[in-house]
Amino acid sequence: MAHVTGDWNPLGQVFYRKQEIYTLGWRDIDLDKFVVAAAPYGGPVALIRDETKLVRVQGSIRPVIYIYTSSGREISSIRWNSGHVIHLGWSCSEELLCVQEDGSVLVYDIFGQFKRTFSMGTEAKEMKVRDCRIFNSHQGTGLAVMTSSYRIFMVNNVDEPRIRRMADVPGLDAPPSSWVVISQDRQSRVLLARENDLYLLDHGGQYSRQLAPVSQQVEAYTEMAVSFNNKYLALFTNTGLLWIGSSDLERAYCEFDTKCPQRPKQLAWCGTGAIVGYWENILLMVGPGKDYVKYNVDSTVHLVPELDGLRILSNYSHEFLHKVPSVVECVFKIGSIEPGAMLYEASREFQNGSPKADEYIRMIQDRLTVAVDQCIQAAGCEHEPTTQRMLLRAASFGKCFLSDMNPEPFVRMCRTLRVLNSVRDFTIGIPLSCAQLEQLSMPVLIDRLVLRRQYPLAIRVCQYLKMPEAEGVSRILAHWACYKVQQTHVDDELIARSINEKLRDTPGISYSEIAAKAAECGRTELAIRLLEYEPKSAEQVPLLMKMGRDQLALAKAVDSGDTDLVYTVVMHLKEKLTLGDFLMTIRNLPTAQSLYLQYCKEQNREMLQDLYYQEDNFQESANCRVMDSYNETRMDERLRNLQQAQEAYTKARNEFAAKVTEEQVRLLKYQMRLEEELKRPYLDLSLHDTISQLTTEGNHKLAEQLRKEFKVPDKRFWWLKIQALAEGSDWAELDRFAKSKKSPIGYEPFIDVCLKHQNRYEANKYVGRIADTGKVKAYIKIGNLEQAAETALQQRNEEDLNLVLSKCTSSHRVLAEKINTMKAQLSSKK
Amino acid sequence: MAVSAVLGPKLPDLQYLKRLARDQLVHLLESLPGRKDLVIDPDLMTPLDRIAGASLLKQHGVDKIFKLERTKIHGGCDQLVYLVRSKLTTTKLIADQITADIRDARKRKYKIIMTPRRLQVCDMVLEHEGVFGLVSIEELHLDLIPLDRDLLSMELPQFFRDYFLHGDQTWLASIAKSLVNIQSLFGPIPNIYGQGRCAKMVADMVDMMMSELGERQSPIGCEIGHLFLIDRDVDYVTPLCTQVTYEGLLDDIFGIKSGSVEFGPDVTGTDKSIKIMLSGEDEVFRAIRDRHFSNVFGFLSAKAKELQTSYDKRHNLKSVQDMKQFVSEELSNLKKQHKALTLHIGACETITKNKSRGDFEEQMRTEHGLLEGVDVRECINFIEESINRQHSRTEVLRLLCMLSSTQGGLPSKDYKSLKTQFLQSYGTEHLLTLHNLKKLGLFVEQQAPDATANKLTDKMAAKLTDGMASLQLQLQLPKKSQFRAVSRKLNLIPKSAENFELRNPNDMAYVFSGAYAPLSCKLIEQVLQREGWTGVEDIAKLLPGDNFVHLKAKSAKGKASGSNPDSDKIVLVYFLGGCSYTEVSALRFLGKQKGYRFLVATTALVNGGRLIESVSGWK
Repeated sequence: MAHVTGDWNPLGQVFYRKQEIYTLGWRDIDLDKFVVAAAPYGGPVALIRDETKLVRVQGSIRPVIYIYTSSGREISSIRWNSGHVIHLGWSCSEELLCVQEDGSVLVYDIFGQFKRTFSMGTEAKEMKVRDCRIFNSHQGTGLAVMTSSYRIFMVNNVDEPRIRRMADVPGLDAPPSSWVVISQDRQSRVLLARENDLYLLDHGGQYSRQLAPVSQQVEAYTEMAVSFNNKYLALFTNTGLLWIGSSDLERAYCEFDTKCPQRPKQLAWCGTGAIVGYWENILLMVGPGKDYVKYNVDSTVHLVPELDGLRILSNYSHEFLHKVPSVVECVFKIGSIEPGAMLYEASREFQNGSPKADEYIRMIQDRLTVAVDQCIQAAGCEHEPTTQRMLLRAASFGKCFLSDMNPEPFVRMCRTLRVLNSVRDFTIGIPLSCAQLEQLSMPVLIDRLVLRRQYPLAIRVCQYLKMPEAEGVSRILAHWACYKVQQTHVDDELIARSINEKLRDTPGISYSEIAAKAAECGRTELAIRLLEYEPKSAEQVPLLMKMGRDQLALAKAVDSGDTDLVYTVVMHLKEKLTLGDFLMTIRNLPTAQSLYLQYCKEQNREMLQDLYYQEDNFQESANCRVMDSYNETRMDERLRNLQQAQEAYTKARNEFAAKVTEEQVRLLKYQMRLEEELKRPYLDLSLHDTISQLTTEGNHKLAEQLRKEFKVPDKRFWWLKIQALAEGSDWAELDRFAKSKKSPIGYEPFIDVCLKHQNRYEANKYVGRIADTGKVKAYIKIGNLEQAAETALQQRNEEDLNLVLSKCTSSHRVLAEKINTMKAQLSSKK
Repeated sequence: MAVSAVLGPKLPDLQYLKRLARDQLVHLLESLPGRKDLVIDPDLMTPLDRIAGASLLKQHGVDKIFKLERTKIHGGCDQLVYLVRSKLTTTKLIADQITADIRDARKRKYKIIMTPRRLQVCDMVLEHEGVFGLVSIEELHLDLIPLDRDLLSMELPQFFRDYFLHGDQTWLASIAKSLVNIQSLFGPIPNIYGQGRCAKMVADMVDMMMSELGERQSPIGCEIGHLFLIDRDVDYVTPLCTQVTYEGLLDDIFGIKSGSVEFGPDVTGTDKSIKIMLSGEDEVFRAIRDRHFSNVFGFLSAKAKELQTSYDKRHNLKSVQDMKQFVSEELSNLKKQHKALTLHIGACETITKNKSRGDFEEQMRTEHGLLEGVDVRECINFIEESINRQHSRTEVLRLLCMLSSTQGGLPSKDYKSLKTQFLQSYGTEHLLTLHNLKKLGLFVEQQAPDATANKLTDKMAAKLTDGMASLQLQLQLPKKSQFRAVSRKLNLIPKSAENFELRNPNDMAYVFSGAYAPLSCKLIEQVLQREGWTGVEDIAKLLPGDNFVHLKAKSAKGKASGSNPDSDKIVLVYFLGGCSYTEVSALRFLGKQKGYRFLVATTALVNGGRLIESVSGWK
């Protein structure tokens, strides 16, 4: 094996190396004849025939856009039958953006499927687009077009295109010498060169002329390039001068004379440390210290700037030019005495069975942790698995001598490398470096695998990294299923079954999303079938409604037990159907119907009655009328409602209620009459209260009349009258009443009401009328203990005597003695 | 002795729930920067006190607090936050207020916070009223509010009416959600038992929601071992009975609202009312809350004496050091206890006054008669007399429902006559109330004995009532008549109510003076003991709704390593449709007896009066 440093080229203090990462899989592709657009982060490559070059056309003259992986495997091709394509580019979510002359941007996925389109505005459409730049903005992928009137329009995010017009450059009547978009501090500006004047434009309509950074006199800046992180800028002048500085033009790092006034075919940054210019057959790399490296290339190449380097696509190979990371330098630089290098040597000697290993280890004993770290880090920077392995082996060897080494970084690096190596594989073709992956993050990488329909690999990566199912495996499966339902040539049943087989026990799968996708593709039946698997009704129902399966949606909503869902469907139906159809639909589902009834009760009483009528539900209809009647203030309305209620009750064969309402109508009328005659409020009193009030007021005749009219039972009437009379303190009438006939409720209540109104004198009158058994208690009640005792003695009731005795307090000492004598008397007589 | 040994297994800390709700509320308030006025649903006033006091609200930019009423809101800031239950009526009220503002050309910013969740149908009302675009709507997941260390309530009294009367299942999702929340806080509950249709639906929904959440990555130990879901209609009798435990009496007489009770001047002995929080934190209250009332006064007087001796200690203090210690440590505690004691003694007096009312004894006798099924005729007479004498309507209805529930409906003649009398006394509008009670199966006519008539009425019933309710009615009518059989099988009525030991009770029936042990609690005891329904099928058959059981612990007997070893003894009982304080006391007693610790969750705390009032057809 050649030494690792074999391909290192020094550029000032540091080294750069160019490594082949793929031998390209495409055949018969001459990049010279194509316009190339390659996505960063090892993304796909799109090719379209360069129309400015003459070629012999075979077959159709319609151009074709080919999409390849970074390893040159064809993914798809698009037969272009739209307008003239000015520019091709990729968005950060790996969508192909095709910018047409008329300012419309067509978006395709990597499989050549059309996704959407947007326009860069009417002015762009009318004036035609002549040039375009695609850039990374703070919001995503941005796009700027220049019209043939040299105006620039920009969107900051192609996913939500909001077109902004950049400030006009004064006096720009010919194509600018060059322009770029610089996106910094959450703002995208355009740097434009008109001959040797530099302008910075923003979308606030402001422009500012920049001072010429170059020390020599130049006529025009013919090319410019911004570094991947937008911090550095390179300008190329018509005199062949290359200026390198910061993107705000504040600082200049160097000026380098290329001695070649010809404009480079491409000018691109290699990471942040060097700028590469491409002329016919030559790649010139210039560092900030005026150092340079020259590479010869034998065919047309295309440069793809990356975060940490530059990818070079040629007809046959795909190379990566990048700065040799310092850890790698530490380990592999010839003559390095860094601990990492020593450990690496030690490990090699150890594998060869040489005791030198021990020597090396001893030399770095106190710096072993650093050594292990360096080896781990260096492994991450290597592309070749064999080198990775050797470095990791060295690290693991070094770890043996350390007792308290944290194994985490080592394990993590092994995992990361394993994933990286698997996606770098020719068949997948994503040549990510470790640093790029760190920037991109693992979930995005998985997304990209999903985007390439590399479902099994994505799942295996997730499982290998032990990602939580919900964000890992199940998400991928859901994507897979969404893709699956788009295969219109496969039978519904088959798809549904195969999807369910795969997804069955994976948690967090949203079948409704898959079904929505199916519905989008016009496969309603499949969607419904898939929805069957969806456990969340809340997800099923809206989709079913959207597909017009209202009945099914309603049934599902009812099954879910979530009334809110039912309401949603019911209200949707109500708007959609005629009233009759609507009522027929919901009558089959009691839950839905009762909910709608509830709604109507609050919102629409009329409709409520209609519903009850339709259902022949006279009982409820009547109840509802009764309620309405009591809510009504106008008397005639109240009566009308009650009468309707009575009719409905009769229809419902609820004779009891019918009779009661009929009586209530009569009572109401009676009360109205009373109000008129007596000028006092009677309305809404119950029958009992009405009679009671009349009695209290002394209108005994009217009370009697009511009693007869409504057949008030005797007992009730007596209770009522006694209470009412006492209430009105009409003691004479009470006495008269007591004597009128024998009380059906006894005479205790008379005493009670008198006492209630603190009238012991009146109470006394009624004691005599009480039956013997209650007499003693009655005396006690009115506080006449002596009489009580006497009575008890007369009745020879010892129990009652005891009762009286228990009521005696200290003030009744005499009486108590007397009772005791009585008791003795009684027991002696026995 | 270690505290845990006294208390038995340790209960999970329910205060987490409170903290979660509070944080969410604060977040919602803060999301509308600046000063704002808060308009609160009257239903939420007291429950909100439990979560966030006025000072906390003020801290987060609330300027004035209004009650949501039919009137317009005058003055105030230009930002208005409504905090309401998601109901049609409240939404309509809000819409009206906003419309009024528009008419007055007042510009305000509106935010509506709906709890426990946002409902589509409320959005529709707002849309219908044309104000949807003016408001932003948020959700506050305020479901179970901890009222005590072992008591959780949704404070949703309308659930009983909405579900059991109207068959409206809207709240079920929120109930299920509350159980999911509990499980995500305290770990999945391995054993689930249930009785009733609603219980079944809730359990299914919980299952579904849990599976949607997916398996947790790091399962927290399970702190609750059992869950018992029970529908209120399984046992109507218990909440209908007059309560005689101390806490029950407080509820019956003073009315406990979200765990607080307001004592009027007659209790406090001053001219001011005092509102106190009833909780197990209060030592005196903890000792008496579950006692039979006859057993409270004695304790209080003993306690008073004890306090006195503690106070007297101050005379014997020798050194300044001792004095200092006494003042700093004991005095404040003594004072606190003293204050509590005064209030409780005052409350006892009021209760005693209430209970020595002439017919109270007779009423108790009637209730006991109904429970035992003796002297029913006399009971009916008493009720009739109560109607004639115009006793409180709710009381009368309560007795009527009790009569019907215990006797399996009323003979046709009595039914008609009682109804007529009732309407004459209290007004025809209560026709609707009676209808509602019939629909619930609380006050019904006895079925005619012959089968044909039976079928006919059933058919009629189905025709008469709509949807769900008809189903319920059909299911319930025959089952309801079985109270006697169930009470015999579960041994609810102790052999002799005389000489029942109320001071140191050894039977759950003490909570009803030894006349009756709550059906719901006895059922729970049986099922827990048997770890399922095997052996009690014949009882379950007599109860409405189906029963079910999910035992997950059985299959994996080796308990998860992280789980609390005590969890098997922690039982969460969830009453769907409300539970009474007596039931809570009975469960506490059961826990002490059998070594369980019960957590009680309910949609609302009810007593007979509130239960009946909530289904009154007339408001």
